[in-house]
Amino acid sequence: MELKRVVVTGLGALTPLGNNVAAYWNGLANGVSGAAPITRFDASKFKTQFACEVKGYDPENYFDRKEARKMDLFSQFAMVVADEAVQDANLIEGNVNPDRVGVIWGSGIGGLRTFQEECVNFANGDGTPRFNPFFIPKMIADISAGHISIKYGFRGPNFVTVSACASATNAIIDSFNYIRLGMADVVVTGGSEAAVTEAGIGGFNALKALSERNDSPETASRPFDKDRDGFVLGEGAGALILEEYEHAKARGAKIYAEVIGGGMSADAYHITAPHPDGMGALNVMKNVLRDANIKPEEVDYINVHGTSTPLGDISEVKAIQTVFGDHAYKLNISSTKSMTGHLLGAAGAIEAIAAIMSIQNNLVPPTINHFTDDESFDPGLNFTFNKAQEREVKVALSNTFGFGGHNTSVLFRQFID
Amino acid sequence: MSEIAEKVKAIIIDKLGVEESEVTPEASFTNDLGADSLDTVELIMEFEKEFNVSIPDDQAENIATVGQAISYLEEHAK
Repeated sequence: MELKRVVVTGLGALTPLGNNVAAYWNGLANGVSGAAPITRFDASKFKTQFACEVKGYDPENYFDRKEARKMDLFSQFAMVVADEAVQDANLIEGNVNPDRVGVIWGSGIGGLRTFQEECVNFANGDGTPRFNPFFIPKMIADISAGHISIKYGFRGPNFVTVSACASATNAIIDSFNYIRLGMADVVVTGGSEAAVTEAGIGGFNALKALSERNDSPETASRPFDKDRDGFVLGEGAGALILEEYEHAKARGAKIYAEVIGGGMSADAYHITAPHPDGMGALNVMKNVLRDANIKPEEVDYINVHGTSTPLGDISEVKAIQTVFGDHAYKLNISSTKSMTGHLLGAAGAIEAIAAIMSIQNNLVPPTINHFTDDESFDPGLNFTFNKAQEREVKVALSNTFGFGGHNTSVLFRQFID
Repeated sequence: MSEIAEKVKAIIIDKLGVEESEVTPEASFTNDLGADSLDTVELIMEFEKEFNVSIPDDQAENIATVGQAISYLEEHAK
């Protein structure tokens, strides 16, 4: 059977750099850091006291109070970006068959704050169970996709993918596959995360995964810098409308880019550490190139996973050099996590948007906070340090890898009819 | 209006996000105030917490209106 073409027809973003796609891209293009001291709780006793929070977010701008109270922040974020993307793609004027519109969302954790609060309430009580009836439906990760479908009446395939920091990319790849197999016309995809809580920061601190550079939050996320000391936790969401090409064309939809391939692999090595030779990362990039049926030389830009951890950055770059060979020196590579922090299960969504916007604007967003070269990295590689670079971007690759050894890559191409 | 009635109304306004004028004694949680089954469970739990009572499920089923909640709690609150 012939696979259908899949295009991107809408975007939505709520990020530490800005609360819609335009503001997010503006932050990326200008190399702005989203990091600042934590406001969501008193972090004074925590090893890490800063994060990349969404700023100026007031749920009452988007929801009535009763509605907001029944949704964990990660679901609220999902609803906000899905709405921006649905409006952007103009999906709401009876121009789609709602039975053929899916919602495939990604979240690494789900309602962490809700879980934390309900367990604390129980622990502080006398043992009588007084769990709120909304506890479970607020907490479970899949409820985000449920809420989006309920709001718009989209009755196609509906679920959430969970693969830690690869979650949203798995959601995008699943959406791509369902559409190219003819099982849906349109899928609202992306991911959301809201884990800046005591349990989130404390848990990642215990893993020694987070930067502890409390004296300079805005320079803490420094992928590929010699003095990188861990990732900066971020929160927020990104949404993409993926649509079957003929369907998009028939209704005159605006097309941002084409999705041309998805790749997946596992490290099968360790629960949190990456494979030292980047075996999983290597396989996933080979897989995505094979899926898209393009040569490595066709790729212009790689938005890397690049979390700013000592080991992860090295293994990913090793894999890039193995897969791309000499062409690695002609690529632009950048980690936008240097600006946004690490949005965990939403990372793949906002980074896919960064890749798509780089194609739209022929501008590669930078890896900010580069101060000192690390001899682990080949000096011939272009990490797009500190300042955005103009170049024609025809094909952009986005990598995301998750705890558990889950690796995902997705390829976007400039749309040509 | 009794102190209990005032508190009951305040809880209903807060949890169901409704206007004070809608919270009449005859108003049904589900038919008039937009509550679904989960909202109703949450309301009963809030009443239990606020008034330090335990409302058995079979009695909770009979509390469907604002007035029924007030009279139940006026009778049972400690």
